[in-house]
Amino acid sequence: MAEVLLKVKNLSTLFRTEGGVVKAVDNISFEVRAGETFALVGESGCGKSVTALSIMRLIPTPPGEITSGTVEFDGIDLLKLRNREMRAIRGSKIGMIFQEPMSSLNPVLTIQSQLAEPLKIHMKLSSGAANDRAEELVNMVGIPDARARLQQYPHELSGGQRQRIMIAMAMSCAPRLLIADEATTALDVTIQAQILDLMQDVTEQSGTSLLIITHNLGIVARYADRVAVMYAGKLREVSDASDMYAEPQHPYTVGLLRSVPRLDSDKGAPLTPIAGEIPDLTDLPDGCAFNPRCLWAVERCFTDDPELEEISTGKRVACFEHASVSLHD
Amino acid sequence: MAAITDPATEWELAPPMSARLRGSLGATYRAARRDKVLAASITVLLIGLFLAFFAPTLARTDYERTDPVNRLLGPSTDHWFGTDNWGRDVFDRTIVGTRLSFLVGVSVTVVSTVIGVSVALVISYFRLLDSIIMRVVDGFLAFPTILLALALISLIGPSVGNIIIALSVTATAGKIRLVRGAVLSLRESTYVEAARAVGVPVPRILMLHVLPNIVSIIIVQATFTLAGAILAEASLSFLGAGVPEYVPSWGNIIATGQGYMQVGFHISFFPGLFLTITVLAVVLIGDSIRDHLDPKLRGRLKTTAHS
Repeated sequence: MAEVLLKVKNLSTLFRTEGGVVKAVDNISFEVRAGETFALVGESGCGKSVTALSIMRLIPTPPGEITSGTVEFDGIDLLKLRNREMRAIRGSKIGMIFQEPMSSLNPVLTIQSQLAEPLKIHMKLSSGAANDRAEELVNMVGIPDARARLQQYPHELSGGQRQRIMIAMAMSCAPRLLIADEATTALDVTIQAQILDLMQDVTEQSGTSLLIITHNLGIVARYADRVAVMYAGKLREVSDASDMYAEPQHPYTVGLLRSVPRLDSDKGAPLTPIAGEIPDLTDLPDGCAFNPRCLWAVERCFTDDPELEEISTGKRVACFEHASVSLHD
Repeated sequence: MAAITDPATEWELAPPMSARLRGSLGATYRAARRDKVLAASITVLLIGLFLAFFAPTLARTDYERTDPVNRLLGPSTDHWFGTDNWGRDVFDRTIVGTRLSFLVGVSVTVVSTVIGVSVALVISYFRLLDSIIMRVVDGFLAFPTILLALALISLIGPSVGNIIIALSVTATAGKIRLVRGAVLSLRESTYVEAARAVGVPVPRILMLHVLPNIVSIIIVQATFTLAGAILAEASLSFLGAGVPEYVPSWGNIIATGQGYMQVGFHISFFPGLFLTITVLAVVLIGDSIRDHLDPKLRGRLKTTAHS
């Protein structure tokens, strides 16, 4: 088994809002191994992006605050670093790609000056060397006519091209970890696949770990080695991606899988959505936060909150009833 | 927007200042050739600047010497713009007045823009400092500009330097408010977050990522300030709180003329015309610069120019 690159332990991040304290990330722990693709899935507002921003220490403070936990990256606790030391890690050891390719490039700067920036800051390259490298990077992410592209402004590129540029920028200093926060959500389906293939290619070539944050189970199935399912700020199930599809052990995972069409299901069989809505994060139900929507809930679920437990090798589930939970009833 | 043939060598060494200046002058020239309004506005300002520098030598009479025999004459070949109530040549006084109006306008604009933008960039990253400075700014903005300038001048005495100081204070307060708002909203933008995610330090983010995005706002506001300062100087002189009456400035001459509107309309009319044309030229140049600085609009201008 490959060494552990990123080890998040008991991480909690909360936001103090006027409506009350929101525990956006509540005591979560997971590991990303060197070279693997790890997916964090869940619906909107479950804390996926906050997890990513907490790892990067980009949580706006106030109102946000990381209240506990450690984020060990390559043996160093990122949460204990000074700002200057953290800045040296961002962009050089950990790259990040954001959701909106339309707005993550500065509209008044050329592609070249933006691509060259991390190279100048982290690798201390001269302008000339950085620009040469920028051209190689544009070639690497499959944009033709790199030299002309470098002189253009973001609005002259398509959404897919911009996201390619963002990948080039994030990979420019050969990071050990690439975080893609809903990186393909804003793109149409064919471009999505191209961009994901590209991310997988470039990370595989350099042995970079990939942390994909998504709500799209199709992406998880195709690209992820391991997966963590998040609901209301907590991890509910962590397992190998193939295991999760074959044998989901948490009611929420089951609900997610039942609500997407599968090739092996009966033709014309209706999809089953998860009943109810995501709970208000400032006012979570007692016990397990999923209990109002759960098909397997027993009395205990309304009083106690299950912890993530290892039920077999490499598989952790937070559910009292995991033994009786099954995709097929 | 010269075609860059080889980016690697082109950018290896920053081009020397003179070359960069020549480049931007060339770009301005090409822009002016496409845009007739811009060309006319620039010409007006160049003439103004020329007058500001050379008016005292161009003046055909001693513009401070009174000549009571020839008072209140209408425009003629001897006195193009006529004479005022003391028999002084209005044309000479108007072109010499250009000097003071331009001096005050340009100084106030430069001082308030430099201080205002720097302060706004700095306080946007320090919450406590921000709330203190902004309350002070609110205090300044609560008064009408002219009232505040009048109060300041009665405190420190009327002189050209003090007019510049008084007008700069209020203009700076306005700039801080405007630029701070723009910086705060840009700070939340995804590309600033993306810049932070690649480890760009805060000062560099402010200078390289935020500042270029607000340049158009700053320049447009600067043209308003320039026009406003020329008007405010005229108002202050008109109210008698500016420079002494015998020193020609557009405001002074208009003030002199207002008592003779019915017998000597020309006294106020000509400096007023100069004032209007100058302010209009400055505002139009501001508009044009804003269009040319926006990469999106720039592309559109180029294509429409070619089609």
